[in-house]
Amino acid sequence: MERVLAQARRVAEEADVFMVSSEETPVQFEANRLKQLQTKQKTVLALRIIKEGRIGYAATTDPEDSQGLVSNAVETARFGMPSRFELPSPATYPRVEVFDPAVEQVPIEKMIELGEELIDMVRRHTPDIVCEGGVSKAVASVRIINSRGGEVNYRKSVFGIGVEGNLTRGTDMLFVGEGQSSCHPLLEPKVIAGVVLKQLELARTRASAKTGTLPVVFTPDGVASALVPPLMAAFSGKTVLEGASPIGNRLGEVVFDPGLSLWDDPTLAYRPESRPGDDEGVPSQRTLLIEKGIVAGFLYDLQTAAMAHTLSTGNGNRNRGGLPAPSPTAFVIAPGSTSFDQMISDMKEGLVIEYLMGAEQGNILGGNFSGNVLLGYKVESGKIVGRVKDTMVSGNIYQVLKEITAIGADARWVGSSVNTPHLYCPRLSVATKT
Amino acid sequence: MTDIKAIAHQLADTVKQYRADYIEARLEESQTSHITYRGKELESTGKSTSRGGNVRALVKGGWGFVSFNNFEDLPAKVELAVRQAKLAASSESQLAPVEAVVDTVSSNLARNPVTVPLAEKKRLLDEYNDIIWRTPRLQTSIIGYGDSHKKVIFVNSPGSYIEQERADITLRLSAIAAEDGDIQQVGLSLGSRGNFNSIQGLHRQVEQMSKRAVELLSAPKIKGKEYTVVLDPVLAGVFVHEAFGHLSEADFVYENERLREIMVLGKEFGSKDLNIVDTATTPDLRGSYKYDDEGTPATKAYLIQEGRLVGRLHSRETAARMGEKPTGNARALNYSYPPIVRMTNTYIEPGTLSFDDIIGDIKEGVYARNWYGGMTSMEMFTFSAGEAWMIRNGKLAEMVRPVVLTGNVFTTLKNIDAIGNDLEMNQGGGCGKGGQSPLPVSNGSPHIRIRNCLVGGS
Repeated sequence: MERVLAQARRVAEEADVFMVSSEETPVQFEANRLKQLQTKQKTVLALRIIKEGRIGYAATTDPEDSQGLVSNAVETARFGMPSRFELPSPATYPRVEVFDPAVEQVPIEKMIELGEELIDMVRRHTPDIVCEGGVSKAVASVRIINSRGGEVNYRKSVFGIGVEGNLTRGTDMLFVGEGQSSCHPLLEPKVIAGVVLKQLELARTRASAKTGTLPVVFTPDGVASALVPPLMAAFSGKTVLEGASPIGNRLGEVVFDPGLSLWDDPTLAYRPESRPGDDEGVPSQRTLLIEKGIVAGFLYDLQTAAMAHTLSTGNGNRNRGGLPAPSPTAFVIAPGSTSFDQMISDMKEGLVIEYLMGAEQGNILGGNFSGNVLLGYKVESGKIVGRVKDTMVSGNIYQVLKEITAIGADARWVGSSVNTPHLYCPRLSVATKT
Repeated sequence: MTDIKAIAHQLADTVKQYRADYIEARLEESQTSHITYRGKELESTGKSTSRGGNVRALVKGGWGFVSFNNFEDLPAKVELAVRQAKLAASSESQLAPVEAVVDTVSSNLARNPVTVPLAEKKRLLDEYNDIIWRTPRLQTSIIGYGDSHKKVIFVNSPGSYIEQERADITLRLSAIAAEDGDIQQVGLSLGSRGNFNSIQGLHRQVEQMSKRAVELLSAPKIKGKEYTVVLDPVLAGVFVHEAFGHLSEADFVYENERLREIMVLGKEFGSKDLNIVDTATTPDLRGSYKYDDEGTPATKAYLIQEGRLVGRLHSRETAARMGEKPTGNARALNYSYPPIVRMTNTYIEPGTLSFDDIIGDIKEGVYARNWYGGMTSMEMFTFSAGEAWMIRNGKLAEMVRPVVLTGNVFTTLKNIDAIGNDLEMNQGGGCGKGGQSPLPVSNGSPHIRIRNCLVGGS
């Protein structure tokens, strides 16, 4: 890396070099059985230069090819965007724990056993379910150095375990599933199986909803699938800069329900999305986005921040080694005080949404979401009465999150990048097949 | 730097020396470049190169897979794949027979798109961006252009050695209009199997797209309920991909007894006029190739013929386990992934009706065009239109806000009651499955009409 940086400095004013090397071992189960073991070794080396004030970029998987890398970066710098930022000088980084040596040491045999246990627990409850599952461990090392002497260097471990079950009866299909990941080994399949068994219980019978307007409880998975994608788009500094975010000019204003608070946090210990510094070497920080309903901030990388006359929030992410762009690390929605059972018992007639399929495929910039309730339940007189199907819900987050009836007391992780409680919304448009 | 050909020849010998039911290796070398615009300015441009490979081994029904960027000590990698396969072994290996083949397939391009000078690419994109920005009341634009060229060498223990080159281009343009906190966008997605000329001359389409984004600001929202819906060839292509294509991928069905029962060949899914095809053999489409990533020659597979299920998409393993013929649909996104069953170019065959015939007797309906995306859970699927109009008394009426449509594969295909004569293939899509995304595919269809289709709305 030092050689690449030295070569780049000979032809450009500034440069940074980013390298990530990883080894991942996924164990895959198919149709209730162990199917495949994998080992994946990956290296990406990326060079960004600033030459005559413009940004050039190149990447390679071959660390020996420094010459090709530099010449590709120089070629693109002729056309690149004018650079508006300064690379970070040596800085103090927060202590963020993301490496547990125990992950590497989990034997493959143990991973196989965990997957088998998890699938067995689900099948003991519902013998005719067909499960796919996976257990994986990975270790990555990340290093960024730049021409101003800035340097970030860390190792990360990630362990993941998950299962998806398909229950087919006639032409009726039910999909249930749950997965979790952490920088620690996750050796308790019971927790994951518990979530799946609850889904199976609630979906046991069928119920139907009518076309109209109904109150809706979004479970944490429901929040992540329906409401989070438009939020992520709206809080990107880039969207704001372009005037394409509906809340871009409403900093400091009450836009959401006063009970709602949201932040991005890459400093949480042992979370897969955490890190001491971002992918351009800016120290990590917790960034408040919504404080009690008030728009409190947006997410920036170096270039976008400079153009918006503000500071990077340490959200410069390089997707697969690409050029940095602002994106969230871990979206955290603050829990409230109402239990899920209280929400349900409060409803005369309503829906619980666990997963909304297709919700992120509409005009999310405008805040819209619309999708098929792939997993969701009908509530009648304070009780869940069964699973709904052939049901679509649609809404706009700026209406739905403006007035929230209740926020759940328990928050949990959905995937690695969203932590949210249940959200109980007073009304949503529902369309069903007649 | 060692040539991957030399490494492949070594590997071809190595894979024969280990005790496994089957071993294959793939080596890959690729170049990519990209240009993105956000707003008026070119936002980023870059070039990447990548070299990597993998070894996959099968022992008693269990697979081991090792992928790498580092080409050192390849025999150790083969050994690791075999060891992993042994750990996963449980039953009996089954692979449909495919003859070993030695072949070289070049990309047959006049120009490798990655080497087209950046200045030329930028000039074209600048023209398109200027058109977008000439539209009054437009807030901003996003343009993403990417191209790639790659060479893949496949070898396996029975003695195949296949060298294939391919190139790919994608271009997505979006025009975004805003007014009083309301944001509307319209996009245009294109792609090509590496032919740079195919993304030139789109000026009129870009202009139309931009105007439409502004028009959407004053368009009303539709009421959510069931409608008679007419889909344009682009959206109908997404529909056939989501609604039926994924369900016909045999890896979802082959080990699930219940699904095998409902997906039995001969089952009626649609009317006599409905024919659905997947084929990688059509030249110059983004999903086309001569051999898949298991070295199986590509075929033309009818999935639905005269409304009945007549075939499905297979890898060598799914074909053997279901006692059917391999179709050459095992594809991998790149060397870091094992091949899985995927679509290639999927389409509904044309019928006889004109567009006017199709909408002529609709009293109230929706004409949905263009796509944002689509998803499936096999039984249920959603697909979203980029643009929509009401149909009233057999004529196109007012434009409405974009809609998301949903359906159930066992009923919605039966509700297709009119098929147009105007088949068009759309090359702007990419498909995601099992973490492998976006895989180049194309979809197509003529205009189709669906009765009782559920549309989300306010």
